[in-house]
Amino acid sequence: MADGQSHLAHHFDSMEQQRESSSLGMWLFLAQEVMFFGGLFVAYAIYRFKYPEAFAVASGYLSVGWGAFNTVVLICSSLTMALAVRAAQLGDKKKIIQYIVATMLLACVFLGVKGVEYTEKYHHDLVPGPAFQYVPDFDAYTVPVTAETAHPNFAGHVQLFYSFYFVMTGMHALHMVIGLGLMIWLIVKALRGRFSREYYAPVEMTGLYWHFVDIVWIFLFPLLYLVWRH
Amino acid sequence: MSENAAKTENYLNVKHTVASWLFTVDHKRIGVMYLATILLFFFLGGVAAVLFRIELMTPTEMFMASETYNRLFTMHGITMIFFFLIPSIPAVLGNFLLPIMLGARDLAFPRLNLASWYVFTFGGLLGLGAIIFGGVDTGWTFYTPYSSTYANSNVILAALGIFVSGFASIMTGLNFIVTIHKMRAPGLTWFRLPLFVWAHYATSIIIVLGTPVIAITILLVAVERIFSVGIFDPALGGDPVLFQHLFWFYSHPAVYIMILPGMGVVSEIIACFSRKRIFGYHIVAMSSLAIAILGFFVWGHHMFVSSQSMYAGMIFSILSFLVAIPSAIKVFNWVATLYGGSIKLDTPMLYALGFIGLFTIGGLTGLFLATMAVNVHVHDTYFIVAHFHYVMVGGMVMAFFGGLHFWWPKITGKLFPEMLGRITAIIIFIGFNLTFFPQFIVGYLGMPRRYHVYPEEFQLLHVMSTGGAAVLALGYMLMGVYLLYSLILGPKASSNPWKAAGLEWTTPSPPPTENFLEPPVVKHEAYAYTEEDTYRDDAETKGDTHG
Repeated sequence: MADGQSHLAHHFDSMEQQRESSSLGMWLFLAQEVMFFGGLFVAYAIYRFKYPEAFAVASGYLSVGWGAFNTVVLICSSLTMALAVRAAQLGDKKKIIQYIVATMLLACVFLGVKGVEYTEKYHHDLVPGPAFQYVPDFDAYTVPVTAETAHPNFAGHVQLFYSFYFVMTGMHALHMVIGLGLMIWLIVKALRGRFSREYYAPVEMTGLYWHFVDIVWIFLFPLLYLVWRH
Repeated sequence: MSENAAKTENYLNVKHTVASWLFTVDHKRIGVMYLATILLFFFLGGVAAVLFRIELMTPTEMFMASETYNRLFTMHGITMIFFFLIPSIPAVLGNFLLPIMLGARDLAFPRLNLASWYVFTFGGLLGLGAIIFGGVDTGWTFYTPYSSTYANSNVILAALGIFVSGFASIMTGLNFIVTIHKMRAPGLTWFRLPLFVWAHYATSIIIVLGTPVIAITILLVAVERIFSVGIFDPALGGDPVLFQHLFWFYSHPAVYIMILPGMGVVSEIIACFSRKRIFGYHIVAMSSLAIAILGFFVWGHHMFVSSQSMYAGMIFSILSFLVAIPSAIKVFNWVATLYGGSIKLDTPMLYALGFIGLFTIGGLTGLFLATMAVNVHVHDTYFIVAHFHYVMVGGMVMAFFGGLHFWWPKITGKLFPEMLGRITAIIIFIGFNLTFFPQFIVGYLGMPRRYHVYPEEFQLLHVMSTGGAAVLALGYMLMGVYLLYSLILGPKASSNPWKAAGLEWTTPSPPPTENFLEPPVVKHEAYAYTEEDTYRDDAETKGDTHG
């Protein structure tokens, strides 16, 4: 079978050149992703430095249980993704599809939990905007009386945390949805028998992307959910 | 006969349908599509400039209200920076030439390249929409809280346009880096690369690392407006200065996105028209990277009066001075290349020489502005406007048109009328200086930017500036006319009308779809100009001797 050869695009000289190009391209893409989320993290860090108590209080309303559960789910999905890449390297079409479906299921569980959490925030009026309402009834964390917490706009600072919570987790969720789209594309390709031991770059690249999305969450979880436990 | 037909088949005549353009993955066609698109934006931005320059002829309100004036200068800034300057050289000349200079058949990701044009055009349409619905009056910098709380809602549309077109830049930058790393022809080592390629490599690094930051910043502004949350709104505890930090973290390096490719073009032109190897090749190549890296650490010099600490200001000031070193290295090396060369003052060379002089003025006044005390004095005056235009128009636009003339025979296969080209270059040079030099003076005297009503004593300088703008506009129109004329009636160009040494001149004009008739093997660097290889300017060598 000259299967690998047929995947060589006209402007490349060899499969190796083509694979190295897509790999470098993907890493560069991830570099720009780091800068994209980096901007958010910097803004978050500055406001957390400015309003530590407000961020701690606001963070207390997030469910550590759900967050931790989702962290485990996402790490498992990274494992199944890695196994899918391994299956692709071995040219095992059936296993590629199985592992990708498993990854997609885990991703859906994550997004489902996220949906539950968002709904809960909505019911507690914690979605930033004109309807936002901060009622200090949270007893897991005693709010010390300081110049910061006594500030007339303390609720505004709490809302700022939620602005970041929704933008950051929202951007993360958007990346997951894009990842799901990529995986559907991979399944279609796999069903058509496009992958082989010589050609599996799309699986590998989607894998890299997925691990990146996973790592972003590894940073988001402590920054958003565990702030008040420090 | 069939052999003959195969010989003359090139990327332009291989197919003629509209679909063959809209769905092409050929980097040369995409470059041409980008050229048409950005020239449209250049025209729009130019019209806005002409309109407000006419208004500025009188110290009082002449025919537009302050609000219209604000919208016009914002429209000028946004279209010129985001939809013309940033894509200008990389997406047009870079797209067209980079793979050819590398001896490759295409960029590494041809479909991504086509996608970038669509994304850019979509972003441009959003920006146009903002203008059609009445325009934005924030200035191109979108400072918060004005943009996020008080300005009209067209801000969202304009911001989205910039957000979207940013992705087009990232796609192009990413494509360039991978192509330069992985697709070089056999024998084309890193230090045999043309400086044009080095400049684009440095530019692409800035694009890939900088653009996502403006994307997230603009997204936050849009979120703030759409959901009325207070990320940058002081009323809700947000910090408007944070916006400035994030904005300039991209937008200062973006200035180097706009100037570095121009420096690459100038290096090519200077070497060719001096018939000499570029002086100090290695250090000119490295200075591009130095500018790219240093460029990320100087953004605070836009914020000396924005409540930034004095010590931060001092650091940013020193770092800004450092950028002058690699920039000066380039200028001195170009001058050293000219020294003792057999200089030929053809159209591209006139633009390149214009670049050197005007960029030097623009760069040196940049040092005035990096000095904290002087900066406070001239902050937000016409002095800044003049400095910026000396770098961007005197630098980048000159380089863009120099490059366009230099590679015009390669891109179109046609020669433009040389004498008209030279005259136009001189008209543009005069018009430019007449427009912007008075602005240094009026700014130094205290005229703030972004006002259309001003004290009477500034009128003479403003009238000079408007007169210069008219000359400049005339020059650009003249260029448009003769370039279009040459497209239809111009004589055919040979494969190497300038007798230049780069790889792109070894393939026919216009090049075939796969760029080279035979895969090239590179045996020497891009500036193999020798003493014997003198330049001749007779029609015989310029015209297509192959029929």
